[in-house]
Amino acid sequence: MSQTGGDWDLYEVFIRSKNGMSHKHVGSVHAADDAMALQNARDLYTRRSEGVSIWVIASKNITASDPGDSAALFEPAADKVYRHPTFYTIPDNVKNL
Amino acid sequence: MYTTDLRTAEEKAKARESEPRKPAVDAASDGAFQARIDDDQFIEPKDDMPEAYRKTLTRQISQHAHSEIVGMLPEGNWVKRAPSLRRKLILLAKIQDEAGHGLYLYSAGETLGTSRGEMVDALHSGRAKYSTIFNYPTTTWADIGAVGWLVDGAAIVNQIPLCRTSYGPYARAMVRVCKEESFHQRQGFEIMAALANGTREQKRMAQDALNRWWWPSIMMFGPTDADSSNSEQSMAWKIKRFSNDELRQRFIDQTVPQAEAIGLKVPDPDLKWNEERGSYDFGPLNWDEFWAVVKGDGVANRDRLEARQNAYSEGAWVREAAEAYAEKQSNSAVAAE
Repeated sequence: MSQTGGDWDLYEVFIRSKNGMSHKHVGSVHAADDAMALQNARDLYTRRSEGVSIWVIASKNITASDPGDSAALFEPAADKVYRHPTFYTIPDNVKNL
Repeated sequence: MYTTDLRTAEEKAKARESEPRKPAVDAASDGAFQARIDDDQFIEPKDDMPEAYRKTLTRQISQHAHSEIVGMLPEGNWVKRAPSLRRKLILLAKIQDEAGHGLYLYSAGETLGTSRGEMVDALHSGRAKYSTIFNYPTTTWADIGAVGWLVDGAAIVNQIPLCRTSYGPYARAMVRVCKEESFHQRQGFEIMAALANGTREQKRMAQDALNRWWWPSIMMFGPTDADSSNSEQSMAWKIKRFSNDELRQRFIDQTVPQAEAIGLKVPDPDLKWNEERGSYDFGPLNWDEFWAVVKGDGVANRDRLEARQNAYSEGAWVREAAEAYAEKQSNSAVAAE
């Protein structure tokens, strides 16, 4: 085992910049447990009042889509332009629609 | 801070030899990859990428991270001797930022598949490089001013284009770093300005620091374009957006007037404004010294590495205690269920 083997778990960090906004991914930290992950995230990502709330989650608990599946997952939406309001023709004199 | 390939010519040649020949099928996917790059798309962690792109980035990002971490050492030297409480608080905050920058970068590096532990091991065993600039000693308080003003200043010039580098996690880390870096440069300049406006002895100290830090700072941009073989590939991949020489010129052009504004003289007898180019001409750089420091002949090479190794081994008990505590907590949580 290397000198630094047994590197602690990786956690992903999400910060709410202010109330009214959703949490946004900002980066990651290593920690021995959840509480330490929160403390490390606080030290690392909020040194300049960047947030009012922090979420941390062990990276191993995140399930992510595979870029190789992008076509199957996301391309079907591309030919459904009728889902957007701009698809429809409305007479110029009709308002509030 | 330092983002140029630091390997010597021999090391680069050796790496090229050991690189396996690419099978034909790889060339096609490399073509698709290059098309994405040419289209200015960002590359994200799980995307297909040529092995060489991954390797180049891993080397550059980890080297960059190591530089941030080792960069704390020359400044730490002055925390206890800062001339006022105000200066001490500022210096502590700056050093904490450097630790943070190192961590953002290790995070970005890990997304390429190399663990932080492996990267740190490579630093501590001397296999990995960090910026040569930190192998120069900080002998007076004015050096802290010069480091902030010149070293962080050069780093900013280097890092701003990296905010648009083609690898997403690296670019995002750089956006954060650049936002924080500006305070580092301004506090350094303020130290220099205060000394330059002080007693004759203080002004002499400021000039002396500028004399010693000027050349190493402009060498931070790496070898001249003619001697930088890896740059071309990095430019094609849009990891780098400007050449070493372009960035060096940009830094010199913006820094010379700053020195003049506080009555200090840049130690280059050949420095002259070139009306036609709209830039400063400058004298030849001493690359022999640069490569000597890269290879480990710098005044502080051994000290820096030893300080890192000691910090790591002396912190072992803290890590062990944290692990024991985490285990105990999870055991009692299981027992309570």
